[in-house]
Amino acid sequence: MSLSELPLWLVLAVGIFAILGAMLTLVGTIGLVRLNNFYERVHAPTLGTSLGSGFILLASILYFSVTAQRPSVHEVLIFIFVSLTTPVTLMLLARAALYRDRMESPNARLDPDADIKSEIPGIEIREIR
Amino acid sequence: MIKRLLPYPLLFVGLVLMWVLLQQSAGIGQLLLGAAVAFGATHAMAALVPEQPKVRRLDKVLLLMWLVLVDVVRSNIAVTAIIILGHRRPEQSGFLRLPLDLRDKTGLAVLACIVTATPGSAWLEHRAADNSVLIHLLDLKSDQEWITTFKDRYETLLLEIFQ
Amino acid sequence: MSADLLFWMLTIAQILLALAMAATAYRIIRGPRAQDRILSLDALYVNAMLVLVIFGMKTGTTTYFEIALIIGLLGFVGTVALAKFLMRGEVIE
Repeated sequence: MSLSELPLWLVLAVGIFAILGAMLTLVGTIGLVRLNNFYERVHAPTLGTSLGSGFILLASILYFSVTAQRPSVHEVLIFIFVSLTTPVTLMLLARAALYRDRMESPNARLDPDADIKSEIPGIEIREIR
Repeated sequence: MIKRLLPYPLLFVGLVLMWVLLQQSAGIGQLLLGAAVAFGATHAMAALVPEQPKVRRLDKVLLLMWLVLVDVVRSNIAVTAIIILGHRRPEQSGFLRLPLDLRDKTGLAVLACIVTATPGSAWLEHRAADNSVLIHLLDLKSDQEWITTFKDRYETLLLEIFQ
Repeated sequence: MSADLLFWMLTIAQILLALAMAATAYRIIRGPRAQDRILSLDALYVNAMLVLVIFGMKTGTTTYFEIALIIGLLGFVGTVALAKFLMRGEVIE
């Protein structure tokens, strides 16, 4: 199928999915700029890695499935990969940040079981029972 | 017997599927090659990790995936609203420490990934001493709602799947 | 006609992603701390990957897909290594 005879519904669907995904990713990175501290900023990139990349890869699946006239699903791999790896990196980074904040507090202790309320200045933890 | 041959059947199937997707062909040759790679990889995995996760309810896994998808969409909208509207908003985010009932290692790993992958909540640290977890929420106002979905939906579901 | 429309829509998506990359670059430069920079770097490579996926759609070739996959893999390994370095590479240990 040549590019000039693409059906309009496909063009609209692919384009809208791609723009929607890109917009969500952009909002996530705007959050990266706007939010106040590191622990808030950790939430921002997940917008791009969950639905943002989901929409763009959906657009790619649609486009290649119609133009190549066979199901093209290998984009699913990227999606699975991204959605599995981001939580891992974010958790590692968050723990590194906690560790560094603890090291900087006056009564620095490395024990993760210690009461962290007194350890990190300016951080209050709500305990749920 | 089948355990000796295939220590991780789910991983095996997943790897073969990944191979087929990467090659973009499901011919018999690629299937065999993928199976060979997956066979080697699962045995390497068995040599690394002696402990095996047990998935007890495969049907519940699908339900879990569906719930995660719904929650990801919902929290995406919520976080988008916070980022776009909330310029110079007062301190709304905060830390929570939650006690957990789930103790299975794989279950905890899955739970951590779900919590972190959904925008608006991040799993910071698990404390083994009292099996509690430190969580950061972007919107602390709706924390009670968040805790109930976390406890009722995900934790009970993962308890059913893994324990 | 419809091919033109698709081209422009995909270009708009790419411009949005380029703006997103600029935002992450701002955070990488400003910091203030190392963990903020690494977090932004992580977002930056995901955005670069998505731009490449859209390039793939524009040109109609799947080669970009492989590059995107490689960026994803290397980016993940890179961020994990940096995060690990933050935890254990401290001067005070």
